[in-house]
Amino acid sequence: MSIEAPERPVQEHFPTPDEYAGLLSKRTRRAWVVQMFLLLMLTIAVLGLSILLFTIIDDSFGNVATVNQVEPEEGVVLAGLDPATTSFGDLGKDELVTALQAGINRNVGRRLEREQRFYEDRLVFEPQASWDELCASDDPAPGCTSSARDAGNVSLLVQEQVIEPDIIAVSGMVESLLNPAAFEEEVARDFAVNPEKYPDYTFDQVRFQWRAWFSWSFITSPASATPEIAGIRTAVLGSIWLVAVTVLFAVPVGVGAAVYLEEFAKPTRLNDLIQTNINNLAGVPSIIYGMLGLAVLVRALEPITSGSLFGTGAPNGRTVLAAGLTLGLLTLPVVIISSQEALRAVPGSLRQAGMGLGATKWQTVRSQVLPVAIPGILTGTILAVARAIGETAPLILVGAASFITQSPSGPFSQFTALPIQIFQWTSLPQPEWQHLAAAASLTLLLLLLILNGAAVILRNKYSRRIT
Amino acid sequence: MQPAGARSAGHTRERRELTRPMALKLGAVDNMKEQLKKRRRPGERVIIGSLFFAGAISIAVTVGILWELGKESLLFFTDEVVSVGQFFTSTVWQPQAENFGIWPLILGTMLITVIALFVAVPIGLASAIYLSEYASPRVRGFFKPLLEVLVGIPTVVFGFFAITFVTPILRDIFGTSVVGFFNVLSAGIVVGLLIVPLISSLAEDAMSAVPSSLRQAAYGLGASKLEVSLRVVVPAALSGIAAGIVIGMSRAVGETMVVTLAAGASPRNFNLGSDSVFGYILSPFEAAQTMTGYIAITASGDISYDTIDYNSIFAIGLTLFVITLGLNSLSRRIVKRFRQEYD
Amino acid sequence: MTSDTQREAVVAIPTDNGAPADNPVAAEHDDVDRTYEHDVNGVIRTSDMDVFYGDFRAVGNVSLSFAFNEITALIGPSGCGKSTVLRSLNRMNDLIPSARVDGEVFYHGEDIYDPEVDPVEIRRRIGMVFQKPNPFPKSIYDNVAWGVKINGFKGRKEAMDEVVEQALTEAALWDEVKDKLNDSGLSLSGGQQQRLCIARAIAIQPDVVLMDEPCSALDPIATLRIEELMIKLKQHYSIIIVTHNMQQAARVSDKTAFFNVELDATGQRTGYLVEYSPTDELFTRPRVQQTEDYITGRFG
Ligand SMILES: Nc1ncnc2c1ncn2[C@@H]1O[C@H](COP(=O)(O)OP(=O)(O)OP(=O)(O)O)[C@@H](O)[C@H]1O
Ligand SMILES: [Mg+2]
Repeated sequence: MSIEAPERPVQEHFPTPDEYAGLLSKRTRRAWVVQMFLLLMLTIAVLGLSILLFTIIDDSFGNVATVNQVEPEEGVVLAGLDPATTSFGDLGKDELVTALQAGINRNVGRRLEREQRFYEDRLVFEPQASWDELCASDDPAPGCTSSARDAGNVSLLVQEQVIEPDIIAVSGMVESLLNPAAFEEEVARDFAVNPEKYPDYTFDQVRFQWRAWFSWSFITSPASATPEIAGIRTAVLGSIWLVAVTVLFAVPVGVGAAVYLEEFAKPTRLNDLIQTNINNLAGVPSIIYGMLGLAVLVRALEPITSGSLFGTGAPNGRTVLAAGLTLGLLTLPVVIISSQEALRAVPGSLRQAGMGLGATKWQTVRSQVLPVAIPGILTGTILAVARAIGETAPLILVGAASFITQSPSGPFSQFTALPIQIFQWTSLPQPEWQHLAAAASLTLLLLLLILNGAAVILRNKYSRRIT
Repeated sequence: MQPAGARSAGHTRERRELTRPMALKLGAVDNMKEQLKKRRRPGERVIIGSLFFAGAISIAVTVGILWELGKESLLFFTDEVVSVGQFFTSTVWQPQAENFGIWPLILGTMLITVIALFVAVPIGLASAIYLSEYASPRVRGFFKPLLEVLVGIPTVVFGFFAITFVTPILRDIFGTSVVGFFNVLSAGIVVGLLIVPLISSLAEDAMSAVPSSLRQAAYGLGASKLEVSLRVVVPAALSGIAAGIVIGMSRAVGETMVVTLAAGASPRNFNLGSDSVFGYILSPFEAAQTMTGYIAITASGDISYDTIDYNSIFAIGLTLFVITLGLNSLSRRIVKRFRQEYD
Repeated sequence: MTSDTQREAVVAIPTDNGAPADNPVAAEHDDVDRTYEHDVNGVIRTSDMDVFYGDFRAVGNVSLSFAFNEITALIGPSGCGKSTVLRSLNRMNDLIPSARVDGEVFYHGEDIYDPEVDPVEIRRRIGMVFQKPNPFPKSIYDNVAWGVKINGFKGRKEAMDEVVEQALTEAALWDEVKDKLNDSGLSLSGGQQQRLCIARAIAIQPDVVLMDEPCSALDPIATLRIEELMIKLKQHYSIIIVTHNMQQAARVSDKTAFFNVELDATGQRTGYLVEYSPTDELFTRPRVQQTEDYITGRFG
């Protein structure tokens, strides 16, 4: 038995079932196209990132074409040894000093010795009498007081002064690995086509070798005007000092402000103003903070930031302290806002429980609320600090020195920093510097990776302890 | 004498000694007022005072910024070299010749910002829509951290990337005679890449705040996923998305390192009457200095205090500050309106 | 402040505003060294108390007196302001920025809202157990010890151990947790957590314990244990409990206050006290029709 469905009135303008099916497949097709477009856009973003990382790694390693003034084997000969049995890298300090003595003229040697002596107990280039006189004068040379050079240092000197390598062409990592011959042909062609570019060498003198721009010695060598031996020790130490000052300032102040605003501030006009103001500060471009640092910390507070008020320090306010505080001010709103978020995530029931037991507000906040919020605060703070490490523009403003070889030794030192070094090297025209900039960028990115990893680990560790 | 209990109709309270099981006992009742009296807690007052002070430092920072930018700008304009009128109308910026018209710098900033938005808005929005509406948790878990990596990369590294990768490619594509070594296109593209994650994460937040009941309602009417995403979710999240774009714009305007490295250090001085608008004034292939670029370049030399150059960077800084502040408050206002729609 | 709805609550229990000068009970027991002279007025007494959240008057005209070493239950429909009243008894309302209390709340005859009075001291003497168990994310031991410590306990470790043990024993939790005192308080079951919160509250030797629906998140067995616990505790503490469960109120409490909520002239939902009587009377012979409707489930 079947029941007739009551006939519905035919509706005009509506698609028939067949038409609807066709329409649906058309809609599905269109949806597929759009979805692919969306995915494509996302892929482009990720591709951009990949290419960026690839460029940096590709430029951090690769074959170079070098011309040496003196071949390393000859250096071994200068040291009095047989190049057939000994390679340059095996030379000890004494042999390196011998090679240096043989390879440079006496005046250069004296200058080097005055900068830093070779041995604690004897002199190599300077006669004893004039050395004593020099050290007794009002303005003794740095070598009079500093400790002796180590083997690595002397080795760098021999490379810089005797071997004098000159990189004449560079290539990227991938090309070097996949098709090293192409690079050699290109250099050969360049020698043939533009001989005027190479007046001092012949193609026979060119050596092709693999070079890791990013290497341990790159990280530990001081800055240099010669790209072949330039390193980033000064810059890395400068960045570490900066971060120390930044953290010491921004973390206590930022967390304190967040605790005040979240836990104690009554909704008064003043407190609202502080909150709005912090939100606004978070959007101020970093270069403006640099100008604030320049005008206030470097200039107006020069007696403090240069250390002259304390009887020590730098000739002007362009010091680690001024720059670190500038970065601290810049990081402050970010630290405050992320700490506030962490505090807001702590359930109110904990506060009620604490105060219900007759604890004061502060007791409750200190022993119940803060411990729960710490992982969040820590994560936010580390991310903020990571951002500060990469900041360049404010450091330019507060006058990070572009070229210093002296490592910073305290808050009143002049300094340079890793991003500044990258900026300087990137803006130089010779390709060697670009590769150094790549290697320095790689260092910076690895540093940030470590920090972010630390943030994740700390967060996990803490959150496990609490529950 | 009637006992108290009589009043409570047969519920005379039996008097019981209050024994406390433990050592801590309450004091006698007769001096209750004394016992309840407010304690002085000087330690806590100091702590809360310092916490307030920490919060108030941010006010000092703002006052410091306004004061210094204002003071030095005032010196700049009272120096007789340039008037406020010239500053805001002249289209030539030539500090050597004492020509201080801000328009060439604003032009540079605007060109780069516009190019950056052309790159970042489609990529950022499409990524956000894909991630929030389409991506499976696994796909999301793959792409999302990658975008976050992009946020963490320092801008100077982006600058390096612009110079060593994007500029050479552009010069290969369009020819070295067309594209200068320093050009706004390269800078704009890379700034765009830099703000993609910002725009996409803000847009994603806005879309995930759209109540799922709205989505279900649309599905219930026979809409496809695409129609739900584009016709329901995106319009509902539009003001949040717009706020994100404005924030991205503000970031682009304030970005320094990429533009300093890639766009060059020559202000694009122009003459509206005689210069070709598309061939020169708005050309993406030529160099142009931005406001931030000028500040950075001028300050990176050993700049001496109280010179017109020194003062000029503060006048530029003030302009920059006002522009970014305006953009940021605009975005906040948009967001506020957005909130009201769903509360 | 629209207190136009001046309703009269039916109160079968006096809230004596007069001076308790000739308190017969106190006179009879002169030998007891800790007598409460304000006995008749109860440990806590409110007088014409109104509580506002911003401009919204959540409860109005509450005059109640809570007796010593008894359990007083507050019942009434949802939203009638029971929690609000409870929170105003130990100034927990201070934590809500918009909250304001008008009228007076006396504790041993002292107005706790007097500007001279320290709210921290009030909360130490008038402890609170919340509707949802809220142990600290710390060890069971620390959950109990913390409140004692911050209130200036000077004993050594062994003394503290004893305090913790006693409090947990009193809260009928000791046997279940004595082997895992260092486990997190959050690792306990809901009922255990609630008893931990009670242990924590009584460890600091309060005078009064306020409980806001302490059993609402618990199963019947756990509820029963807490009820037994309350009856045991009333030897030492005055207890005020909010409950939605009328059997519970009938089972454990000595006196019951019934609140209701009504739209007032300005359209606000303001709660008010309807009836306050000894529990057995309120549940058997309610004096007000509204009460009868509510307890018989004929509520509108
Ligand atoms: N923090 C607050 N801010 C504003 N209004 C509030 C707040 N807490 C409670 N209220 C309002 O006060 C009135 C009474 O609330 P209260 O929580 O005291 O009710 P209750 O009787 O405990 O209800 P329930 O039985 O559901 O717990 C309600 O109208 C509520 O909306
Ligand atoms: Mg309640």
